[in-house]
Parts: sequence; structure tokens; C-alpha cells
Amino acid sequence: MKAKVIKKDDIAGFLDSLLKEYEVFAPVKRDRLVVFDRIHSGKEAFLNYTTSITSPKEILLPQSETLFTYSSTDSAADVEVPSGEERPRLIFGIHPCDVKSLIFLDRIFNEEEYKDAYYLGRRHAMVVVSMGCIKPRATCFCTSVGGGPFSTEGSDLLLIDIGDEYIVQVISDKGEKLLGKAHLEDAGEDRLSLMKRVTQDAEASMAPKLNIDGLKEKLDKMFDDPIWDLLAEKCISCGVCTYLCPTCYCFDIVDETRNSGGERLRLWDSCQFPLFTLQASGENPRPTTKERYRQRIMHKFSYLIDNCGQIGCVGCGRCVTECPVNLDIRQVLTAISNR
Amino acid sequence: MKNPYLPTPMRIERVVVETEDKNIKTFSLSFLHKEDEANFKYVPGQFAELSVLGKGEAPFGMASSPTQTGRLEFTVNKMGLVTTELHSMEPGETIGIRGPLGNGYPVEALEGKDIVVIGGGFGFSTLRALTNFMLDKRNRSRFGDITVIYGARNPGLLLYKEELPEWAKRDDLQLYVTVDRGDEDWKGKVGVVPVIAKEAAPRADNAYALVCGPPIMIKFTLPVVQELGFSPERVLLSLEMRMKCGLGKCGRCNIGNKYVCRDGPVFTLAQLNHLPAEY
Repeated sequence: MKAKVIKKDDIAGFLDSLLKEYEVFAPVKRDRLVVFDRIHSGKEAFLNYTTSITSPKEILLPQSETLFTYSSTDSAADVEVPSGEERPRLIFGIHPCDVKSLIFLDRIFNEEEYKDAYYLGRRHAMVVVSMGCIKPRATCFCTSVGGGPFSTEGSDLLLIDIGDEYIVQVISDKGEKLLGKAHLEDAGEDRLSLMKRVTQDAEASMAPKLNIDGLKEKLDKMFDDPIWDLLAEKCISCGVCTYLCPTCYCFDIVDETRNSGGERLRLWDSCQFPLFTLQASGENPRPTTKERYRQRIMHKFSYLIDNCGQIGCVGCGRCVTECPVNLDIRQVLTAISNR
Repeated sequence: MKNPYLPTPMRIERVVVETEDKNIKTFSLSFLHKEDEANFKYVPGQFAELSVLGKGEAPFGMASSPTQTGRLEFTVNKMGLVTTELHSMEPGETIGIRGPLGNGYPVEALEGKDIVVIGGGFGFSTLRALTNFMLDKRNRSRFGDITVIYGARNPGLLLYKEELPEWAKRDDLQLYVTVDRGDEDWKGKVGVVPVIAKEAAPRADNAYALVCGPPIMIKFTLPVVQELGFSPERVLLSLEMRMKCGLGKCGRCNIGNKYVCRDGPVFTLAQLNHLPAEY
């Protein structure tokens, strides 16, 4: 693998050059919180972060998006689909766990039977410049779910912080092309051994791997297990885990009319909300937190494996840090595995 | 690839008030554009999302048979936002449609078999579609004996009142229409669907039973059909769930790893026996 080097001081200039060609999304500080947003100047990017509070999934799946607009509520009227993006998108400084969630979403919204034009419009030609995690948080568990703090899967370039500089690992042809005009120096032996030490230290600092081998086989026999009453007892159905989760993709479809016209919107929704499955007749197959929490775990760690060969968790830990009642998915998975 | 979220416009041609309480109406629709009709190829048991701009969408099974061209029929119970709006609409007005969606009844597997249709209340609409499909001149010889058992809570709630007498006259269909409670004018059978099904006792060898109705009817009918000798592989059910996308994505209608909108709504009892009882 080719490795180049770029000075931290040169990152803003590099981003400015990318901005000429791409719509660039990067971590930025908003009210002391780090989120992913579109940047218009390289200086806006804030790369010295651990985990962004919200996940970058909203770059591909906005919390609210227009499926089409209607000029009149008469259904004979023509509807109009918003035009797609003009410039390709580039995500800069995204951590490997969040990159994994992009690959996850691809398998949901870009499968043989179902191609989501809205999603693909944003994802098509997207360039991913990721950044290794030199300081994983205590709540990170990517290594337990098939990832790693320096995983290159899904990235075109991977940056690794070695002090005043970043090592730039060239992962794909797209990545190579991106560096084309930047004329970066080769990393060289000394920097690469420094990088090796940094990555080893980071990996060693990760919490021990969860012991969850055979989780799916366990889950498949546990639908009626009384453990769900216990596990879900704390849950208050606030849905924050699903909103922050980079792989949660359930949505609602809602019409919003202003004056005579309006738009049909696709909005994030949450399987943790009591109304999510409530039928007009009053029937609700998932009436309490027990059924809803079970659905969340079952969907992520069993049903998704059956339907598209992947689990719905990248180990980012957002649901762990932000849950208002400390319902810790790592403890839940461990409890299930020990059953 | 066509954008699956865009509704296709249809004109309301006819509205039939089905029930005495006026809460159930059947809408007969025609496509505004001929080419849309050619693209809408369906089998009985499939469904579509009806769309009223400004109100939203709701899923309904096609109540018409694909053998009847030019028109689609939907029987709509006034329940929520979209259905209430639909009930206020008149012939000449336009609504949108997305579909056909779901798997539908396995028509090819049913060929050469005796068919026992057991429906209750409002759940009868796609069974009606299937029955009309089988009764079509071009199709009738492809199926064996047809038995239809259909019930409602009272005579006023029976659907398709113009059609049932026509079916009753036929000699290639055994029809049992029943109500839970009769009234002064009711001359037909009185009794809940499972009891009438047991009395009718259709032969189960070389036959399929298709069951759709309210949960309470399903609960008591399934033991009866199994007692009559229908194996779980030969019992078909059509399920209902809250849905939004109809494409297996929005996350509402799954039962275990199956989506009612995409993998169903028709399942065999054998399939359901392997899924969690979360419906």
C-alpha cells in the first residue's frame, strides 16, 4: 500500500482544492458538539475529534427529504422529483466505523431488487477520505463487530495522525487520483514506524472484545425468552439510540401541504416509538418496550444477517454514550450471549 | 429503473357503499394514462398503496380480479386519515396508486386443486378477487371444486351484495354466507365462520384452504381447517400490518425476518409456524 504524508497545517489548503470539485462534508464544531456538515472552506473542518455526536448517515439519508413536490392536492396534477446533486460528494475525516455504516447502507438502498434513486444520487461517485482512531473512546467496540480503528474497508484514503502530520494511506484508485495534484511526499520508513506505534497503542487501548460468538444462533431461539422483560425494563422509548445509530434506517412517509401545494417527505422514524407499528384499527403488534427493544436487537443481530448478510452495528458506541437511562448495548449483547 | 415512490394517477369511476353503517365503500378506479394500465400486471392477493396528495398513503388489497380489465377495485374501511379522505371522494376525482406490491396468492400452485375460501368481514376483499379470478371462463377449468365460506357480524356488514346472489346461482361453486347474528329479514345461515366451516366440511385431500379475516376468526378457524385435514403447507393466510413504503425498507411490517409487504402478505401456515407470533 502506498503511503504519503501531509502536514496538519496543509489540510485546510488541501480541502480548499477539493472544494473546487466536490461537495465536501467534514466534522465541524457546532455549539461545542462535533457533527458532520457541508463545509465551504477548509478551515471549517475539525479533525481532532473522537466520535461525532450525530452520525454521518444524514449525508446519505437526510433526516427529512423530499420524495416529490405537488403543486396541487388534486392527484391528477403532475408531481416533481427534486433534481439530483450536481457535484460528487466527498466525506473527509470520517472514522472507519462510520465508513462501515456507509457500506451497510449500500446493501440496503442499492440492492438488486431495490435501487433507491434518492440515496444513489448522493452516494454515486462519492469519495471517502477516512481518519483512523488514535484515541478510541471507552464506549467504542468496533473490534467486536468486525471493524477496527484503522480499518480501510470502504475508504479511498485513510489518514493517520502521527503528531504534526498525517500519514495518508492510498487505498483505491479514486484515492490515488484525488492526491494527483497535491504532490505529497512519500511517508518514508521513519514515519511509518511511528505510525505503527501509534496504531498499536490505539488498538491496545480499546476495551476488551465482547464475547458474543454465536449471538445469532442464540437470538434465533430466544424470541420468547423472559430476558427481554428484564433488558427492556429501563427503556423509555425515547428513540435516541435509533436516531444516532449510523445503521438505523427506518423511515416514515408524510405529506406536508402549504397553501394548495406541498411535498411528500421521507423522514427518519424509530422502531422504538409506540406509534411506529400502531394500526388504524388499534391493533399494535409491538405495544410495549419489550417488543420494541427486542425488535431493535433482533433486527440488528439476526434478521439483517438473514436478509442481507450483515449485522446492523458498527460499534461506534453512540447509543451507549447518549442513552438517557444507560441501557448499554454491550451489556445487553453479553447478557444474551451468556444465556 | 422506475422510481417506486411516485404514484400513478387513477380516476374514481364508481363508488359503492357496501355496508349499512356506510363505513365500507368499494372504489372502482381506471388509469388516467393507458400505458400505466399496461404496466400494472397483478395477481389476486397483491396490494397497492393508494395515495391522496396532502393526506398520504395507505395499503389496500386489490378487490378486483385481474381478469376484469380496465378497472381496479379497492374496498376501503373508514378508519384513519387517508381512508376518511377517500370516503369523502366522488366519481370523477383522481387519486394516486403505487403498485402492485407483495406476492399475492400462489395461483399456479392452486391449479388443479380444490379450493376452500374462508373469509370474514372486511378481510374478504382479496379472497373475492381470487374467487372471481377462478370463476372467469378462461380459468374455471384450471381449478377443482370451489367452496366459499364468508361471514360477517350481521347482514348489514356483508360486502358485495350484488355479487353474492350471482355466485349462489352457479353450480360450479359451493357458497356458504353466514352472519354471527341475523335480523328479521335474514333467511340465511347464522353462526360464526369456523362453525360453518366445520359444518361445510370441505374435503381436504388435494385442496388448499385460504383464510383471511379478523384475528379472532383466524384463531378459531385454523384449528378447524387442520382438523378437516389441511396440512399447514396447504393453508394460506393473508396478513395485515401497518405499512409505509410497501417495499421492505421502512421497517414496520416485519414478522421476524420476513416483511409482510414484500415477502407476503400471503404466507402458508407452515411458514408462519416458523416465525415469531408477533402479528
